[in-house]
Amino acid sequence: MAKLIEFLRPYRAFVALVLVLTFVQTMSSLYLPNLMSSIVDTGIIRGDEGYILREGLWMLAVTVLGGAGSVLASYYGAKATAGFGKLLRTRIFRHVEHFTLKEFDQIGTSSLIVRSTNDVMQVQQFINMLLRMMVMAPLTAIGGIILAVRTDASLSLVIVVVLPIMSIAIWLVMRRGFDLFRSIQKKVDRLNLVLRENLTGVRVVRAFGRVPYEVRRFDAANLDLTDTSVRVFQLMAILMPIVMLIMNLAMVAIVWFGGVQINTGTLELGNLMAFIQYVMQIMFAVLMVSMMLFMVPRAQASAVRINEVLALEPEFRDPDDPLPVPRGPGTVEFRGVTFYYPGGEEPALHDVTFTARPGQITAVIGGTGAGKSTLMNLIPRFYDVSEGSILVDGVDVRKMRQADLRQRLGYVPQKAVLFTGSVLENIRYGDPGASLAAAQHAADVAQASEFVSEMEEGMEAEISQGGVNLSGGQRQRLAMARALARRAEIYLFDDSFSALDFRTDALVRAALRRELTGATVMIIAQRVSTVMDADHILVLDDGRLVGAGTHRELMASCPVYAEIVASQLSPEESA
Amino acid sequence: MSAPRGPRRREPMGGHGGFGGGGPMGLAMPVEKPKNAKGTTLRLLSYFRSSVPLLTVIFLAAIASTAFSIWSPKILGQATTILFQGFLAKLRHIPGGGVDFAKIQSLVLWLVALYLLSSIFSWVQQYLMAGIAQRTVYGIRRQVMDKLTRLPVQFFDAHPHGEIMSRFVNDFDNISTTLQQSLTQFVTAIVTFVGVIVMMLTISPLMTLAVALTLPLSFVVTRSIARRSQTYFLERQQHLGDLNGHVEEMFTGHLIVRAFGHEERSIAQFDRMNEDLAESTWKAQYVTGIIMPLMNVIGNLGYVLVSVIGGILVVQRAIQIGDIQAFIQYARQFSQPITQLASISNSIQSTLASAERVFELLDENEEPIDAAVPADVAATGHVAFDGVAFRYEPSRPLIEQMDIDVRSGETVAIVGPTGAGKTTLVNLLMRFYDVDEGRILLDGRDIRTLPRPLLRRQFGMVLQDTWLFNGTIRDNIAYGREGATREEVEAAARAAHADHFIRTLPHGYDTELNEEASNISQGQRQLLTIARALLADPPVLILDEATSSVDTRTEIAIQKAMQELMAGRTSFVIAHRLSTIRNADLILVMQHGRVVEQGRHDDLLRRGGAYHDLYQSQFAGAGLSDEPAS
Repeated sequence: MAKLIEFLRPYRAFVALVLVLTFVQTMSSLYLPNLMSSIVDTGIIRGDEGYILREGLWMLAVTVLGGAGSVLASYYGAKATAGFGKLLRTRIFRHVEHFTLKEFDQIGTSSLIVRSTNDVMQVQQFINMLLRMMVMAPLTAIGGIILAVRTDASLSLVIVVVLPIMSIAIWLVMRRGFDLFRSIQKKVDRLNLVLRENLTGVRVVRAFGRVPYEVRRFDAANLDLTDTSVRVFQLMAILMPIVMLIMNLAMVAIVWFGGVQINTGTLELGNLMAFIQYVMQIMFAVLMVSMMLFMVPRAQASAVRINEVLALEPEFRDPDDPLPVPRGPGTVEFRGVTFYYPGGEEPALHDVTFTARPGQITAVIGGTGAGKSTLMNLIPRFYDVSEGSILVDGVDVRKMRQADLRQRLGYVPQKAVLFTGSVLENIRYGDPGASLAAAQHAADVAQASEFVSEMEEGMEAEISQGGVNLSGGQRQRLAMARALARRAEIYLFDDSFSALDFRTDALVRAALRRELTGATVMIIAQRVSTVMDADHILVLDDGRLVGAGTHRELMASCPVYAEIVASQLSPEESA
Repeated sequence: MSAPRGPRRREPMGGHGGFGGGGPMGLAMPVEKPKNAKGTTLRLLSYFRSSVPLLTVIFLAAIASTAFSIWSPKILGQATTILFQGFLAKLRHIPGGGVDFAKIQSLVLWLVALYLLSSIFSWVQQYLMAGIAQRTVYGIRRQVMDKLTRLPVQFFDAHPHGEIMSRFVNDFDNISTTLQQSLTQFVTAIVTFVGVIVMMLTISPLMTLAVALTLPLSFVVTRSIARRSQTYFLERQQHLGDLNGHVEEMFTGHLIVRAFGHEERSIAQFDRMNEDLAESTWKAQYVTGIIMPLMNVIGNLGYVLVSVIGGILVVQRAIQIGDIQAFIQYARQFSQPITQLASISNSIQSTLASAERVFELLDENEEPIDAAVPADVAATGHVAFDGVAFRYEPSRPLIEQMDIDVRSGETVAIVGPTGAGKTTLVNLLMRFYDVDEGRILLDGRDIRTLPRPLLRRQFGMVLQDTWLFNGTIRDNIAYGREGATREEVEAAARAAHADHFIRTLPHGYDTELNEEASNISQGQRQLLTIARALLADPPVLILDEATSSVDTRTEIAIQKAMQELMAGRTSFVIAHRLSTIRNADLILVMQHGRVVEQGRHDDLLRRGGAYHDLYQSQFAGAGLSDEPAS
């Protein structure tokens, strides 16, 4: 948390103002009993109504002053808090935008999202509380104690006795409460898990006739949660009554001991009345702080999660003196590339060497975990190789600026991610300057024009977040059109045909072959039929390149390839 | 509780439903209002019917506790008066003058008793309420679950899971907190308000009037601020939603953002949204932040009035000094129930809205009741479609006049582009949906005449989107048949070629599958579902042939296991492998979820229709490269 407070630094003037203004506010509300006590001790006893009215006007002035102080404190507090949240968000977002995939894998995309949204909100709310309540409460307590001691030092012993008792009582209840609340959270998660499984698996549950079993499972989780909730609320039921009792008894004690002093003439009545009000304010302050303490663990957990993100440095940045990009045809060359995922014992790619040439289609095939996608992710430098090197037109990709390298690539990911916006905007994501005709042409090649034109607004049709209003195959085709709009020298298709039906798959490949005549094209696929006609097929098995050549060559020379083919095609087709 | 769409979640405000409840913060937020407040209230209250006696006790305790705490300032005031008189006597050197400690002592004892009783009753009240509120929520939750088991599958297809989940999570949270706190708070607030007014009137009608004058002021202030702050909060909510949406989208599409070099563009967009958010955030926070100070000023105004008027009244001997003291305490308690009532009414309204949504779910139409149980059915697996017509949407015809006859043990291959086809088949065969026309026969019996659980037991499903639950591998396989023994589970796993990989896992059969079952591979998951189906031993199967994302070895294991499973059973296979299709007894060619052709391989090829095209593009791959696109 301390690290994050740094983000308040630009607003330190505001924070200082909040402190001063809050001080004015607390002092004024503490000063009121003082004025009232002089009404009693001087005004009433002398029977001086004029004095009472004058003091009353003073009280009014003090009240207004205090109110103004707290309104202004709220103003500057809100400004500082909102500014804090803004800076923190910006910092996280900019930081994350420069992450490589390694950092995304490490924390996880959904966790990153939560950290930059909900966690920031948590911390921001905590700061807000901090600036309002947590400044006010200690000031009230300290100011109250000073005034109480000044009014009557010996009577202040009551505070010395009561405050610890109250703190201990609160602490005893809260400590148990914290534990119970934590276990409630777990039980809520459990109940939600069972429910979610029942929603996603409704067909399976019913197919196996296991409804009664699921109802029992749910009921067990429900009952467990209920029992714990009952316990926590029963525990918490004691908190306020006990705090109130302690406060009230403290008041009685003050009246009693104060009475003794009044009797001996060492204390005036008005002072006694003021004293009671000081003590009440002090104790409310303590109560408030302890309530606020409930927020600390939560905010703290959020702060830790945010700091983890900020502490994470991207694995690599651009070189200091990048080489200019060679204006070559786009040859991609792997030289003895080995790659380990962070913490991986076995390399995901092991000593892979090959060259993908312009004007050719280079296909990569292999089972799951063979390293196909890994290989593809190394070319745009989403990760850095562990050993060996990758060259584009003879230049090591690590010596170029990332943006320059990627400028030359048309990348189509495995999971076709689209963004909110129109179809046209999504295609232009590949090249913001693409003309309408160029975008249209890209859609044509990707076989997307037909379904786009069937949509009511055609190219202007809106795509909802994540592209959920399109089918998987439609998304893949748009992702392809987006890459094609770049008119890149190197095209990378990472299993981008998987959701296409066979016919569309074939049409797309035929169109690509015609369109991308001069480009270097790399295709990853699971289906043999997709790669069979490539100029060059690379076969990966467990991270090793076990074969390279045309379909015919590999059928004769590469047993792994033959095995894959046999599992997908009948003998006569594979010939 | 990770709700599916994280950032859309209602953000947490304040502490976890502990105590305190409606502070003035509650006023500032926009409130969701119920559509039918009265009906929903009555229905929600009906859940308390059985707890009426206990509730009576609770309300009595609440009233008692409040009454005692309202009584006490008066007595404290009397003590002050006695102190004052003693003080005056001393001051004026009246002989024998001084504080009457005997009287003080009895008053103090009274006070201690009152405070004790008030605290005890307040504790009893809250303690008992915990049991009632939580058990009521338990009951409603159980009712919802029971309801879900009786809803047709259609309901789950039509409502996103996230929506049902959030109903469950947020709405129940809301209901639980309100039942726990607001009901009794409501009672105490009213009692306090009335009690305080009565006590104040007994002391001084004039001072009461003075304090009451501050009331409209606080009304006006809260109302006008609340109205403004609600608009700011809505605005903030809007900006927050935009920003969170952007973050979600950019992080999910990180690969694309980087691949296309759009980092700066994304940051610029973020900065704009962030600026808007900060602007609306500070406004919302500022406006909410001043409610309390302003209420304090108004409260202090009352305090000043009481001090001044009270002081003058004491001088004029109209009241006692202790009355001022008591009055100050009353005046402080006076405005409290009003703000409290306002915020309670807000939280009650939003709870009613929540309850309404839950009740809506409880009122959904249920699956038609099953036909009476016929005599024992031991199906052999003879499946026939007799003039079946079906459509999900009345305007979009899907299946028209479908006739097929599959004899026991035969294999039907379903081929065609991916789409709704297979799901529709599962839906119809297992009666997740009912046919519109015609009938489906199992061993000559219309499946609508069979009770659903019995019917569904005749089918086994091995689909690609495997469903496994959070539990051990053993439990997951045993799901196929209730009461299966250890040996049976392991035998099924062996037959499904899953035994080997299971034993290589750290805890073997007792390995816990995590939430997404991501600790085993996709192919391994499918092997588990095959084992599950084997254990269930149904006469009819619906299978998905693995297409992708399975490594070669597992793929071979799956193939063998499937052959094992299919032996002697009627099988509907979503086929991708030519050998399966070629050997099938019947091929259904589906397009856009519709059956466009049916027959055997050779017949269909000869016909030169859709199947022929498909066959050409799919399995004779190279042949298409020369064909013109589009």
